[in-house]
Amino acid sequence: MTYSPHTEADHRRMLSAIGVGSVDELFEDIPAAVRASAWHLPEPLTEQEVRGELGRIAGRNRIPEVSFLGAGVYRHLVPAVVAEVVGRPEFATAYTPYQPEVSQGTLQSIYEFQSLICELTGMEVASASHYDGATATAEAALMACRLTRRSTVAVSAGVNPDYRRVLETYCSGPGIEVVTVPIDLAEGGTGTTDPAVAADALGDDVACLVAAQPNFYGQLEPMGELADAAHAAGARLVAVVEPISLALLEAPGAYGADIVTAEGQPLGIPASFGGPYVGLMAATMASVRQMPGRLVGATRDVNGRRGYVLTLQAREQHIRREKAASNICTNQALMALAATVYLSAVGPEGLREVAERSVAQARHLAAALETAGLAERRFRGPYFAEVAMRVPDAERRHAALAERGIVAGYRAGRDDPALAGTLLLAATELTTDDEIARLVQELGEVR
Amino acid sequence: MGYPDDLRYSKEHEWVRVEDGRATIGITSFAADELGDIVFVELPEVGAELKQFATFGVVESVKAVSDLYAPVSGTVTDVNEALRDRPELLNSDPFGEGWIARVELADPSEIDGLLDAEAYAAETA
Repeated sequence: MTYSPHTEADHRRMLSAIGVGSVDELFEDIPAAVRASAWHLPEPLTEQEVRGELGRIAGRNRIPEVSFLGAGVYRHLVPAVVAEVVGRPEFATAYTPYQPEVSQGTLQSIYEFQSLICELTGMEVASASHYDGATATAEAALMACRLTRRSTVAVSAGVNPDYRRVLETYCSGPGIEVVTVPIDLAEGGTGTTDPAVAADALGDDVACLVAAQPNFYGQLEPMGELADAAHAAGARLVAVVEPISLALLEAPGAYGADIVTAEGQPLGIPASFGGPYVGLMAATMASVRQMPGRLVGATRDVNGRRGYVLTLQAREQHIRREKAASNICTNQALMALAATVYLSAVGPEGLREVAERSVAQARHLAAALETAGLAERRFRGPYFAEVAMRVPDAERRHAALAERGIVAGYRAGRDDPALAGTLLLAATELTTDDEIARLVQELGEVR
Repeated sequence: MGYPDDLRYSKEHEWVRVEDGRATIGITSFAADELGDIVFVELPEVGAELKQFATFGVVESVKAVSDLYAPVSGTVTDVNEALRDRPELLNSDPFGEGWIARVELADPSEIDGLLDAEAYAAETA
């Protein structure tokens, strides 16, 4: 289709129809200082000059040689088939279908994504995806408030601090109170949420308890007991999970989670600053009408052939307007497709191997540091593939190692002063024995 | 179209039947016909306090979603559990089996401000 811009004559006719002399007049209410005419932008550059300039800026990136950074984003092998499928123009160039049933291929890919997430989480229904793990979690808390008609959210301090900040932001508008349930931060403590402490925080007006498995410090939470505590108070359990871990850990549906959310990045999406990532959300059918975002359903057409439709759209903003389940959510169809292709490519066995290898390397890492006398585990009890280690003079050595191209994990003291001197170190199947040996060696050298 | 004479009606298309200080609430046949096939009813909770003309639930049909507006103020004593599995009762028998909730009236005088069958028929004509 040919693009035909408005002509000068069109502009004049439109302006005269509304009684305005010029386009500039339309913008009179905007202070002059912030109008485009006040921007001091550099002169236009040629393509060659732009490439040179962007290359110079990109050259300032410092790509670590070795990284043990996790804290919510994990570096896993991404099979080449993921980029191959995601890069196909049918998927890569398509915007969200506004006449969705015409795009049967897109709907089928989303339906398969939802099916995989249900299988992984043990839940009955999964949404077509969300922006990221943090926003999916915040939406889950709002969903619990609608379901219970309560207006307080209890969140475990073991949930990713960034997620808790996003949750606070989401709750500030509708006036939902957020209370934090502390975790056991004592030296050698469990690093997890005590169900009895959680129960104390669960008053009559608490809609849900939000807890993470594994939690931000890698520790495994007593999710079944936390679910029981939430349910005893008439609240829901929102389980924030790490998707690879579900290959080994009990499915949230089995321990009584009512809503499950996750950052889907570990499923075939490269770690990069600012994403794009993908939020996962799954729930029970009983609560589906309060679930935000798109849902694809399978049905049969008049000839009995399988077809896909957007379903339960009465929850959505194009129908329910301000009363929609959410007016601030979006899906990440292309990243959801990456997760779908990833899960299809590795399969249940492959996912289990990825999880087992990650867990094994995390134990190797912790043991190597302890054996060398360089660090001790900050908490006791089971952990997944990320481990909190107390390292003497951690801040200075973390900085010194960065100079040597090694990111020695996440400095947990950034979020909680009680964890100053604690480094959160992540391992995946990509973490090699040599990398661990190098960390041990160089951490010793920067003593 | 005729509407039952023993009921009172709101302009938002709810009906009320008052018996012994308790009111049964539903939506009218006009509302049900306008909505089309009803597939879901979000019922209020027993014990909920309804405020006259404020929303207290939702009906969803294949083509629209509408709020339910309380025709009277009061405390919900019963809800029609049958609607959870058979929301189509709102279409098939809106003034009978398709009732939505019963409330203990907070202010019986509110009834006087509602329409009678004749006035409601004129409203929807």
